[in-house]
Amino acid sequence: MDEDERDLIERLRAGDEGAFMMLVEMYGPLMLRLAQNYVRSRAVAEDVVQEAWLGVLTGIDRFEGRSSLKTWILRILVNRARTRGERESRTIPVSALEGDDEAAVDPDRFFSLDHPRYPGGWSAPPVAWPEDALLASETLEQVKAAIAKLPPRQQEVIVLRDVEGWDPEEVSAALGVTDGNQRVLLHRARSKVRNDLERYLTGVAA
Amino acid sequence: MSSLSCREVVELVTDYLEGALAPDVRAALEEHISVCDPCRAYIAQVRTTTRLAGLTRELEERPDRDALLAAFREFRRGG
Repeated sequence: MDEDERDLIERLRAGDEGAFMMLVEMYGPLMLRLAQNYVRSRAVAEDVVQEAWLGVLTGIDRFEGRSSLKTWILRILVNRARTRGERESRTIPVSALEGDDEAAVDPDRFFSLDHPRYPGGWSAPPVAWPEDALLASETLEQVKAAIAKLPPRQQEVIVLRDVEGWDPEEVSAALGVTDGNQRVLLHRARSKVRNDLERYLTGVAA
Repeated sequence: MSSLSCREVVELVTDYLEGALAPDVRAALEEHISVCDPCRAYIAQVRTTTRLAGLTRELEERPDRDALLAAFREFRRGG
């Protein structure tokens, strides 16, 4: 644990409002984004975030720093969100891998495996994306929407890894997944978001 | 490790980018993409997707600060 984090924890234990609001600033948007994945409304998601913070405040005295503070906070948030989601009886896929059998790319875009010249080769290869469209704000909105519709566990992994830039070890600790499962979830998530982006961009280019 | 098909390559992209492939599979994949433009383009698109995902952080909304501050104060009062 580094100096800053130790200091932040001490201030939080002492009831320092500034320290609390600083953490809210740092992790609040991420927490809200992940909570919205499990519950129907923004209001309930706000509620989940608040519950998670109360969990943080209640537990901070017992926090031993075996994981980083942000990992610990995220774990509390995800647990609360899942519990609330179950109460709202939203369907949470049972499998931790969620559609492990899905192909990254539509199989129809490849020649069959017994094709005489190109077994398993691209029959409809990816087309170059228009550079200028990549920078458009609508494109970012599309990416955000593509991420938002992913199943919860895939979404958690891609948000923590690719949006927030966390290390794989931190993500495994926060979500309680193995490194192997994390890679499977990340693979499904990135493949689907790329597919959606491709569909959008090739539509734009046409 | 014999040669890989394009269809196999797209399933290995994440493990490749994560540095999690066994050395022989990695070598086979690198050999494949050295001669396969579509697969190279595909991997570049996955990287672009990852980069754009990072930019969506700017679009995140903030939770209600006032409500959280009020909850914090109530907690401190032992509420």
